[in-house]
Amino acid sequence: MATIVMVGATSGIGSATAREFAQAGYDLVLAGRNMEKLSRLGADLGIRFGVRTEIISYDALLPEAGTRLYEQIVERFDPDGLIIFHGALPDPAEVNRDASAARECMEVNFLSVVELLVPFANHFEERMRGWIAVVGSVAGDRGRQSNYAYGAAKGGLAVYLQGLRNRLAPRGVHVLTVKPGLVDTDMTSGMEGLARRIMASPERVARDIYRAVRRRSNVVYTPFFWKYIMWIVRLIPESLFKNMKF
Amino acid sequence: MTGFEKELSGWGRYPRQVCRVHRPETAAEIRELLADAGAPPMIAFGMGRSYGDAPLNLRRSVVMTGRMNRMLRFEEHTGLLECEAGVTLEEIIRVFLPRGFFLPVTPGTKYITVGGAVANDVHGKNHHRDGCFSGHVESFRLLAADGSVLRCSRTENPDVFRATIGGIGLTGIILSVELKLMRVESAYVRVRYETANHVEEAFRLFQEDDDRYQYSVAWIDCLARGRSLGRSILMRGNHASREELEAYGTGAKDPYAVRPRRQWRVPFELPGQVLNPWSIRLFNEAYYLMHARKKEEIVDYDRFFYPLDAVLHWNRAYGPRGFVQYQAVLPDARAFDGIVGLLESFSSSRRSSFLAVLKRMGEANDGLLSFPMRGYTLALDLPLHDEGLLPMLRKLDEFVLSRGGRIYLGKDAILSAEHFREMYPSHDRFRSILRGLDPNQRFSSSMSRRLELTET
Repeated sequence: MATIVMVGATSGIGSATAREFAQAGYDLVLAGRNMEKLSRLGADLGIRFGVRTEIISYDALLPEAGTRLYEQIVERFDPDGLIIFHGALPDPAEVNRDASAARECMEVNFLSVVELLVPFANHFEERMRGWIAVVGSVAGDRGRQSNYAYGAAKGGLAVYLQGLRNRLAPRGVHVLTVKPGLVDTDMTSGMEGLARRIMASPERVARDIYRAVRRRSNVVYTPFFWKYIMWIVRLIPESLFKNMKF
Repeated sequence: MTGFEKELSGWGRYPRQVCRVHRPETAAEIRELLADAGAPPMIAFGMGRSYGDAPLNLRRSVVMTGRMNRMLRFEEHTGLLECEAGVTLEEIIRVFLPRGFFLPVTPGTKYITVGGAVANDVHGKNHHRDGCFSGHVESFRLLAADGSVLRCSRTENPDVFRATIGGIGLTGIILSVELKLMRVESAYVRVRYETANHVEEAFRLFQEDDDRYQYSVAWIDCLARGRSLGRSILMRGNHASREELEAYGTGAKDPYAVRPRRQWRVPFELPGQVLNPWSIRLFNEAYYLMHARKKEEIVDYDRFFYPLDAVLHWNRAYGPRGFVQYQAVLPDARAFDGIVGLLESFSSSRRSSFLAVLKRMGEANDGLLSFPMRGYTLALDLPLHDEGLLPMLRKLDEFVLSRGGRIYLGKDAILSAEHFREMYPSHDRFRSILRGLDPNQRFSSSMSRRLELTET
């Protein structure tokens, strides 16, 4: 059965998506920092769906982690697809105050992902088969004062993926950019009020990702209504937007 | 792991309390919370199917275990499943029934967590034969107040084991459970229906040949009075064997396949007047007539064990004030008189109920706060229309106590601390184990404060 590599599989969206693909019968290679959590996830999916799972340690902030992970994987497996979930929402005050915190935000959310994409893209391009999906964010659609460091990282990532899509399309390899809005996971656990009420469940996002992969979509906003929200947000003229607070 | 404020309630939707909710994905996250000495006390919350305030903690912390729901290990030859406490019975059935395994004990809903099943020491229609849920638990891992993880079984940390089963979450947070599943030949149950025109007849039928059935229950029309007091329909059955399935013509290809049932739902809270003495009486009549003709049939496990799960959120039908579930057990010797007394009180006060259930119970187990005892148990719902209900229930508690019986904490929302102490004589032993395990009372709940088991 086909094998999918999932990096950052222990994130809220990652585990839900792993379950979705395991249910469809895919074998999985799960990479992340918390081996304990990964092994529980793997055991669970194996028991529930009878699929094979392998776990590999991966920390986005360690030097050359992405290259090493790629080498470990292709040595033992023949992946059909790659999904990258990992990311970290930094504390805005810290990121505004401290340049090294800002840099780390770019590392985790953008650069470490690029480091993974380079070898895997080449791998799929050569074989002329495979697909790549990366979880970005609606925050990348426009920089706003409350989370622009995170937004910039995800925004830059979206442009990178656009280019990758352009390069790989003639080779039959499709690239999916996933743009979730607010999702009910660890990342948003501190939020309350309106934010909490409009949060989507990770299960719903996982279903959207699964469907988008099957349909070979290019960009998917999840839940769908964020597409329209961001379209409006992007339309606001900069001279107005710069004075808004949200 | 920061939390957020949310109004929570049990299945009876009474009481409703604002609590600080946390949803950990690992034990490490809970440990962090425990390590913070300034953090408020906490209690675990599974699927919220207990009826009262057992998993609530007014203005304090509630730890939702739903995201700790991984299955960890399964041994095909023994049927032993190790899973995290947030796994639901429904998930277990979904994964393992197709492989030929079922739950050895199950209550009337499958939407409960394994942790909740242990903390309430749930029972089903087969208590007289197979005991409580805890009887099939080999061990569990408990996160204690000091952050340590204790493996508990009848031989390892046996005191903590006995305090935790039925212990309403006060000993700590159950992290994972080892449960022995039961092999079954099919996903079907062969059920026999009998009508009893009076509660006396129901008792006689139970006593006569209940031993032939693994599962037995009687549905009682609580509104019937006089000569029809306690008129009921007995539903008793056994798992259907392959031969029985073939003879009946069901499940020809796959004995574990079941046609999915149409799911109804009550989409929003109904106004309090919808369920009233008249509408409920109408329902009771219709239900009685519908079942009075049947004799025997083969039904799938979902219809036999979980008829109510077919209507999601059925508790919303009781309106904004919610309802109270009253479940008491009366010991063998005085069970008959006691049940008659209870039925007479309910029917004469015209306090109606949809679902009244009478079951036989077997011996009590070693759980310090475990509910069942040898005798009979009566359970029913009572809409909270007016204030007159609560004083009446307290009088009934007194009555139950006088007959040597007790109330089921998993259903309770109103029991007094004094009655609790008399009903559960092992509470002293429970309290002393708690003092050793959790000296600073890091675990508490609205129920524990009400029953005066904790002060925090």
